[in-house]
Amino acid sequence: MMNNEGRPTRPAAANDASSAPDTFSGARALEQHEPLIFERSNPGTVGVDLPDAPDAPSRLGTLARKGALGLPELSEPQVVRHYTRLSRMNYGIDTGLFPLGSCTMKHNPRLNERMARLPGFADLHPMQPVSTVQGALEVMQQVKHWLSVLTGMPAVALPPGAGAHGELCGMMAIKSAIEARGEGDRRRRVLAPASAHGTNPATAAMLGFTVDEIPENERGRVDLKAFEEKLGPDVAGIMLTNPNTCGVFETDIKAIADAIHAAGGYFYCDGANFNAIVGRVRPGDLGVDAMHINLHKTFSTPHGGGGPGSGPVVFSEALAPFAPLPWVTGDGDSGYDLKEEASGDAAESFGRMKGFHGQMGMFVRALAYMMSHGSDGLMQASGDAVLSANYLKARLEDVMSAPYGDGPCMHEALFDDTFLNGTGVTTLDFAKAMIDEGYHPMTMYFPLVVHGAMLIEPTESESKEALDRFADTLRFLAEQAKAGDTERFIQAPRYAPRRRLDETQAARKPILRWKPEAATAEAAE
Amino acid sequence: MRYLPLTDHDRSDMLATIGAKAIEDLFVDVPNAALLDTPVDLPKAQGEMAVERALGRIAAKNVSAGSVPSFIGAGAYRHHVPATVDYLIQRGEFLTAYTPYQPEIAQGTLQVLFEFQTQVALLLGMDVANASMYDGATSAAEAALMANRVTRRESIIASGNLHPHYRDSIGTLAEQTGFGFDTGAPSPTGPDIDALIAKIDKTTSAVIVQYPDAFGHITDLTPLADAAHAAGALMIVATTEIASMGALTPPGEMGADIAVAEGQSFGNPLNFGGPHVGLFACREKLTRQMPGRLCGETVDAEGVRGFVLTLSTREQHIRRAKATSNICTNSGLCALAFSIHMSLLGEAGVTGLAALNHARASQAAERLNAMDGVDVLTPAFFNEFAVRLPKPAATVVEAAAAKDVLAGVPASRLWPGVDGLENVLLVAVTETNTDEDLDALISVLGEIA
Repeated sequence: MMNNEGRPTRPAAANDASSAPDTFSGARALEQHEPLIFERSNPGTVGVDLPDAPDAPSRLGTLARKGALGLPELSEPQVVRHYTRLSRMNYGIDTGLFPLGSCTMKHNPRLNERMARLPGFADLHPMQPVSTVQGALEVMQQVKHWLSVLTGMPAVALPPGAGAHGELCGMMAIKSAIEARGEGDRRRRVLAPASAHGTNPATAAMLGFTVDEIPENERGRVDLKAFEEKLGPDVAGIMLTNPNTCGVFETDIKAIADAIHAAGGYFYCDGANFNAIVGRVRPGDLGVDAMHINLHKTFSTPHGGGGPGSGPVVFSEALAPFAPLPWVTGDGDSGYDLKEEASGDAAESFGRMKGFHGQMGMFVRALAYMMSHGSDGLMQASGDAVLSANYLKARLEDVMSAPYGDGPCMHEALFDDTFLNGTGVTTLDFAKAMIDEGYHPMTMYFPLVVHGAMLIEPTESESKEALDRFADTLRFLAEQAKAGDTERFIQAPRYAPRRRLDETQAARKPILRWKPEAATAEAAE
Repeated sequence: MRYLPLTDHDRSDMLATIGAKAIEDLFVDVPNAALLDTPVDLPKAQGEMAVERALGRIAAKNVSAGSVPSFIGAGAYRHHVPATVDYLIQRGEFLTAYTPYQPEIAQGTLQVLFEFQTQVALLLGMDVANASMYDGATSAAEAALMANRVTRRESIIASGNLHPHYRDSIGTLAEQTGFGFDTGAPSPTGPDIDALIAKIDKTTSAVIVQYPDAFGHITDLTPLADAAHAAGALMIVATTEIASMGALTPPGEMGADIAVAEGQSFGNPLNFGGPHVGLFACREKLTRQMPGRLCGETVDAEGVRGFVLTLSTREQHIRRAKATSNICTNSGLCALAFSIHMSLLGEAGVTGLAALNHARASQAAERLNAMDGVDVLTPAFFNEFAVRLPKPAATVVEAAAAKDVLAGVPASRLWPGVDGLENVLLVAVTETNTDEDLDALISVLGEIA
């Protein structure tokens, strides 16, 4: 027996956090404030041991660097501790439920990480002779095959670096196709619903199209009549997310596709929500001409705090010839090849949009994910994602307010702030109170078409117990708001590494980098 | 399926709460004809062992750059990445976080971005940098668009010695969005700065030049900047090898208004070309025209320093059709890897690493130049240079690969069909190349060329 005599086995009294004394170090046990790496500098130390440079004549001439860079110096343990402490101020999927609607924060399998790090993939130079990278090209062809079969679309372009880049790719193909028809000067208008992701109008505008907003109907779908009235000989196409950003399936999708085609335009589908239907519905069967797929959403390559992403685009026969360079061609029998020039089959390609061949590291991860799930597992995954969202909706709609709550939702449940009317609590306050409860908030104030939107996407990665606990928490918060406990909300978050941050001050006088104190003082004079 | 926590029992309980009989009932809004009732024709689920075996087999068909002597650069460089980098970026709190929209619980990512922006600005000698772009080529394309916004002009001039992938990424946007884009012919013996200067006029929005350029040349760009500024145009400098900044006068000290770069060399593996990390920096007065995410310092409600994404009124989710760029995602995790590697290196490491790269490349150039019929075409360079071989470089590279040496990049692959480049080979040398690697290159070239 250890010497436990006289040792208390329970706290003497629960300390009120507000009366707890400040610590000398400023830390609170596991929560440690970490200065900037520049403030941590320990001059004279280094975190990497390099061999001495051999004697060789300098070829730098007058362009040799003259001044110091001003970088901090640290040893390896100091660097490890810095980033480890910083990591602990982050919330990730590994930490807990991350219901960020439209962003698809599902589990990131570590097998995919291991596969992407195989030297045969990670340590491969993009400009090696193609004879030495046959396996890499095989992976790319396999990814294309999986995406082609899952979407029912004949062609796949791998280069785009993320979803918005995929949109740009798809819209450039549409623009090229229209120009090839000799209608480039005429078809200058792109239709997009008011609920669209901001990237949709931004992409269309970037290409010189005017963006014409289509209103929603009372069921959160495109108003078919309003849409048809907007059609005309100057329309290049429609950009439509399906399932849409209100979390519901566009019931008139076939009619919309037929009408846009009859008007001579193309149907661009924003595939950000493909995860709701993957393995169950093929966009090719709905009349889509181009759709990007966020591999970092549907196929679970990690979001990494904001990237890297990958946004391959699937194309119909009509748009396939315009796909960006390079093209991967060939098969296991003939060998694989890379087509890097706009000639031959690729003569009509609109060209290159990025360095090298696409986000290979993401292709490997996505392929590992697709192989692990298989066609059956992907079908189950989209089913579970939709089931979980509907379950949350069912458990919450009596205390929160679902604007399009009549039928089932898809993979995300949309609420507005009607249930907070008169409470003095806003959507933002509600979200910040969720932080104190240990959750990452849902997407707030998007889509723009409902007031104070809260878009909840649980994904297929949550157990029923986790979903129930989450629903119980939101019910509790909704009831507290209605009961007048506004302090809980407007003071939140209290328990996060920071209280609410002043975004106005940040934007008014932007401080976008660290500067040494001397320089800062000089500038102030 | 190991990634799915719901049991069949859970599913029926949940369906009962919803008031549906089957999951299929939740897809009632999908047109019936489009709803599949059986899985598509693709392989079924596999366990971890099976997937690992299958992908391992495919990976083994590749010749990884580290398994043979490799001298390939041309926009991606093989450097040693310390073990610490990959360990730290795989911490779940970094790996599985989203873009930091809720700053109170994303201070880790945000502080990293603030430090990253500072490191990038210091390396390039610029005032401010953003939180990263997809890669160097897309950074260059965004820089061209930004120069058009800043100058309200629509004509970009590019050096012929700009990496063709950068050139084409800009060219595609020029064609699609309708701005002027004038590119010169590649010149392996050095960029013709005077010809570039002669092209600048009152309609020019920017001149874009690579440094070190695609053939490795380093040139003083101050006269080019002066000429651009005199005409009211900007100078954009693109760097494909960011490690060079440890040894070179940075673009900011030569008058660059925008400096873009590929940051892969720090912290990131070659990855067959992606993901990499685009760096983007500019002068302070141009900040509000910058594309991409920006992280800024502020305080919280108790006055404690913290960080947030800022100036988002430039961005698509606020400005929609009027945004400065359609970009949403950046290269967050690659930027983290870059930043950690930079922190490990520090001042002494960054300059030491650059000195080591330069000395090894200088050694290699001397030995290659001493070979019969081989001429080094780049007198001043950092760690990459061009050589003229007595035979077509593409043939030599293929033959060398057959002998397990990755000898470099034939210029004809980057500039197909351009006269005078057939025998030109680009050779990159980094700290990872040993004396034995160089011996192997010399011996293989001696046999083939």
